[in-house]
Amino acid sequence: MSKAQDIIKAAERRDLRSRWLLSAPSLLIIFVAAIGPLAVVVLYSFMVKGDYGDVKYWQFSGEGWFSVLFERGLFDDSISLADAHLSILWRSVKISIITTIVTLIIGFPTAYFIATRPPNRRDLWLFLITIPFWTNLLIRTFAIQEVFRNEGVLNTALIRTGLLEKPLQIMFTDGAILLGIAYVYLPLMVLPLYASLEKFDFRLAEAASDLYAKPGRVLRRIILPMVKPGLIAGSILVFIPSLGAYVTPRVLGGGKHLMLGNLIELQFGQGRNWPLGSALSISLTAIVMLSLLVYVRASSKSGARSHG
Amino acid sequence: MPSPAAAIDARGVSKVFRGDGSADLKALDDVSVTIRENEFFTLLGPSGCGKTTLLRLIAGFEFPTEGTIRLYDQDIALLPPYLRPVNTVFQSYALFPHMTVGQNIGFGLEMQDKPKREVAARVDEMLRLVRMEDLKDRLTSQISGGQQQRVALARALAPAPKVLLLDEPLSALDLKLRKEMQIELKRLQTETGITFVFVTHDQEEALTMSDRIAVMSKGRILQVGTPRDIYDHPEQRFVADFIGEANLMTGEIAATTADVAQVRLVSGAAISATLPAEARPTGKVTVMVRPEHAEIVASTASATLTGTLESTVYFGTDTHFNVRLADGTAFVVRRQNDRKEGRQLDPGTPVGVLLAERAAQVLRD
Amino acid sequence: MARQFSVRHQRGFTTIALICFFLLYLPIATLVVYAFNAGSTVGTWEGFSLRWFEAAWENTRIIDATLRSLTIAPIAALIATAAATMAALATTRTAPYPGLTFKYAFINQPLMVPEIVTAVALLVVFSQVKVWTGYSGLGYLIMAHAAFCIPFAYLPIRARLETMDLTLERAAADLYARPWRVFRRVTLPLMWPGILAGFMLAFVVSLDDVVITEFVKSAGQDTLPTYMLGQLRRAVTPEMNAISTVFLALSVAVVSLFFFLSRKKT
Repeated sequence: MSKAQDIIKAAERRDLRSRWLLSAPSLLIIFVAAIGPLAVVVLYSFMVKGDYGDVKYWQFSGEGWFSVLFERGLFDDSISLADAHLSILWRSVKISIITTIVTLIIGFPTAYFIATRPPNRRDLWLFLITIPFWTNLLIRTFAIQEVFRNEGVLNTALIRTGLLEKPLQIMFTDGAILLGIAYVYLPLMVLPLYASLEKFDFRLAEAASDLYAKPGRVLRRIILPMVKPGLIAGSILVFIPSLGAYVTPRVLGGGKHLMLGNLIELQFGQGRNWPLGSALSISLTAIVMLSLLVYVRASSKSGARSHG
Repeated sequence: MPSPAAAIDARGVSKVFRGDGSADLKALDDVSVTIRENEFFTLLGPSGCGKTTLLRLIAGFEFPTEGTIRLYDQDIALLPPYLRPVNTVFQSYALFPHMTVGQNIGFGLEMQDKPKREVAARVDEMLRLVRMEDLKDRLTSQISGGQQQRVALARALAPAPKVLLLDEPLSALDLKLRKEMQIELKRLQTETGITFVFVTHDQEEALTMSDRIAVMSKGRILQVGTPRDIYDHPEQRFVADFIGEANLMTGEIAATTADVAQVRLVSGAAISATLPAEARPTGKVTVMVRPEHAEIVASTASATLTGTLESTVYFGTDTHFNVRLADGTAFVVRRQNDRKEGRQLDPGTPVGVLLAERAAQVLRD
Repeated sequence: MARQFSVRHQRGFTTIALICFFLLYLPIATLVVYAFNAGSTVGTWEGFSLRWFEAAWENTRIIDATLRSLTIAPIAALIATAAATMAALATTRTAPYPGLTFKYAFINQPLMVPEIVTAVALLVVFSQVKVWTGYSGLGYLIMAHAAFCIPFAYLPIRARLETMDLTLERAAADLYARPWRVFRRVTLPLMWPGILAGFMLAFVVSLDDVVITEFVKSAGQDTLPTYMLGQLRRAVTPEMNAISTVFLALSVAVVSLFFFLSRKKT
């Protein structure tokens, strides 16, 4: 019955073709307005820097990548580490890591609190977490700025109560950026933590306390290990956007305390060094992709465990 | 040539599902079966035996790897489902949740572009048939499981298909409702005169409703026959085991006359047993006796089989006597309990077993 | 009196959680409250007034930017939702086929690359295209928004499709519906809540975007967020609070609607 086989094969081919046709619009749009330009940036990172921004087409050079970490002396060919870049890179990583830790410390008890509410009220608490997340990031940054400014709510309150004599300079510091980013991305920590905690079977905690574990040890020995996938997911979901943050450091850092995102922008603006900007962009993307890979690994491992 | 009264005629049908690189799954293996017009035909077997695959091939949701399927005289094996005058009642009912009961029932006729008035009239007729007139405008999520079942039936019957396929439609219902629906289904089949092909793994359901049953295992049809045939004269060990309870004994055929064989059992006893209609075995064979086709007696003198009573288990409607035959084979006798209390037999006493007329059946392995 | 033992109780957690909620809403609340301040500084309350809303309403640049935002968001969301719906149909309810993983990676790419990177990449390419073609209209912004909206629209649509098994479509085919009618009468109505949710997500995401818009827009193409970003560099007036409050209200309304719809369906 090869005829039957042919008809089935033909139907499969038709199905596959229509599946490609249906995906075509999405693939095309994303290619034109995301992946394609990204490929151009990869290409640009290997070209010679143009005189007024731009690049010299098809003149290749490793200079862009070289200047990510090194710089040449102005008058001689001496090579030294690019301190400015390194300090920005370091600030980005430092702020991202501390942000992750801060959101973890605040986010875990919050997620735990929501997960231990009666089921019918959990959705409401969760909703309260999501609402700020869906409101404009710029507005939230602006709101934080209103609190931090010299004549802002915090300083006014502290001066009124006599705790301070003159306003505390919070704006335009690393601390402001850090708190701002933590504020903005906190929901990204709470949501995956909640998802893990909600599935936690509290009978296990009962069993542990029956076996003489005090609450603190129940938390450390039973709950935390069980919700590890959530901890990893939340941490990476906060770490990644923190590392690539652009708006929050721009507003709260006031153009002095740059993070990687701002450094990249600078190269395409005043810096007029597109190859360097491109190389920095690709580096940032690579770090993010690596973190994502860790995330995928961790979540697939936890998935495998729940099956076993 | 299939006889004109054959509604479905499947010849040499095989279906192979491509595995993920490793092993292909042969769901159906060279199956041939003829389903007659107007009959209530059941495909019975354990899960994974291929019964649902066969149904889906008839419905057109899958296509056979090999073989032909004829509906009356038309080869339908490769037609898409919407070109087959065959309808299905799905195990999950598959009622459209965004449509009312009435819209669900009228869907098939609407798709055949029947005039609106004709559709409306037919929907009302169907609602009457399944006694659901009051629920026409309800959404299908607002009615009970039993009612959903009736809507699914009405929806599949509305276009007056030549064959109605039912894929374990009663499995989601509770016991009481299931019994009701069994009677209901039988009534609908008689009233509409449509050929029903019914898939189930429930032997009792199959025995009570069917005109004929096909017992399936591992992608093959083992035996086709009336419920009585299948129960009283299973021809294969699997059939005997799968339907009802069976006592199995080994022996050797000493002589055959017409469809009866004289079998000398290992225990030494000689009994006469019915032979399968085809592919009659010779030499060493397995003989089957249903527990209720045997009788237990206190004296061993005139008994066909002898042994020791090991235990007695009371089941309410009947009592099981577990007997160990002389050669060590276990043998169960079932006796219906009536008002008078029979003589008590103590465990450990020697007992005899009498077999009813044509109670023993020779099995193919 | 000793607290009654509960295995769920961890000391201090409730306090931290409540502080967390307080801190989460404090800045937003401040922002909204001072939008109604009669005075012009945040921190000193000088009485209730709607003057900053009026000022914003009379500021043509704000109205202009708002209208532009409200032009781009629905068009981009519509394009993204249509594309994502088709893509979801093409990537669900099937055995894995060659290219499926590739499609997943492609569709989710805008989520994986930092926004600033996509933004500069678009700046580099689109500025060149603008020179070549001479066209510098809203098309670029719409295209860029559509691209990063696709993964957001795709998520709920795909989730919806994956809960729908193929039985209903098979039942329709069994009842003589040809493929296109199966889609029109069964598949599409059933996936509609997912499509709606996808559209709303895409709409909010497009409306909120700052970074990519900032880099792709041509001169005079400020959207509300990029206008606000520009203003934040200067000394801000409570006019900003007023716009933010309106914007907030809009987002909360859309998200609440989304929340309500998705809850109703499960």
